[in-house]
Amino acid sequence: MRLRHIQIGLWIMAGLAALAYGALILRPQMNAQTQETTFQPAFSLADSAGQLRTTDEFAGKFQLVFFGFTNCPDVCPATLSEMAQVMDDLGDAAAKVQPIFISIDPERDRRLGIDSFTQAFHPEILGLAGDIEATQAAAESFRIFFAREDAPNAAGGYTMSHSSALYLIGPKGDWLRQYDYGTPATEILFDLNTRL
Amino acid sequence: MKNTVLALSLLFAAPMAQACETFTIGDISVEHAWSRASIGTDRPGVLYLEITNNGTTDDALTGLTTPAASMPMLHETVVTDGIASMPHAASVPVPAGQTVVLSPGGFHGMLMGLTNVLKEGETFPITLTFEQAGSLDVSVDVLSMRVEAAACDDAK
Ligand SMILES: [Cu+2]
Repeated sequence: MRLRHIQIGLWIMAGLAALAYGALILRPQMNAQTQETTFQPAFSLADSAGQLRTTDEFAGKFQLVFFGFTNCPDVCPATLSEMAQVMDDLGDAAAKVQPIFISIDPERDRRLGIDSFTQAFHPEILGLAGDIEATQAAAESFRIFFAREDAPNAAGGYTMSHSSALYLIGPKGDWLRQYDYGTPATEILFDLNTRL
Repeated sequence: MKNTVLALSLLFAAPMAQACETFTIGDISVEHAWSRASIGTDRPGVLYLEITNNGTTDDALTGLTTPAASMPMLHETVVTDGIASMPHAASVPVPAGQTVVLSPGGFHGMLMGLTNVLKEGETFPITLTFEQAGSLDVSVDVLSMRVEAAACDDAK
């Protein structure tokens, strides 16, 4: 009887060890997958003039893409400031980089004006605000997340949560990497310069 | 001539110095209060500052009022698994002997219902309410959209 208890105990321990081992070997693989498997994000979204802009247009250039909304006074200006600083510091190489701001609150942003927002940071930043379906499709293709959250105290009764990283797309349209929120402009610049 | 240069440099230094001004009530002092220039009045503005509690009792920032906005609130930006959201914060704790910073990507004042355009180079008043120390009037510097921190020589 006693021996049986020990046996069960050993089996449980062996099981736990196997699980832990599985987690250890699986996790790096999952990371490697998101980093190494290339995919080609795409968008087809209206600019402030209502003209449809697509990923193909920027073939041959690097694209630096951020998803946000213009009613966002904290994270979005901070990131667009970084973007603007990178563009300034790239000098002549800036011609090889297209910075893009994609609205995840497109209806309100079309009404408020997307260009007035992007232009306040840098003249080169292209602001896009498509319809809801096209925005959802772009988000899916970049594998990012956004959601509308009811907030009775917020302007219009809602606010948005959204993936806050910057995404780098290569000249052939491949997803290259992301720069997490808060990555200093100097670090982004350094990384870009190794690629340009 | 020397005096003119001095007077001129003081004149230009004055607007910069303001965000570096320290406002004090009881054990609480506040400095580096700044905001970003706004585009019109339709989008919310923001408020950042540094609070130091020089006392031995914990305190908390519990509210804001300002003629610059009809609905100022405390928010905290939270980034979880790469996703940013900014829920309402009931208060910002300021523990005894510590400095708490409201800065991009963290706690901030959310100035909804701007009454006027916030123009770079201007200032506006805001009243901070602390649980223990009471009310403190602070002057906020409006800086460029692209600024990410108050420009003070003593900034940590
Ligand atoms: Cu906020």
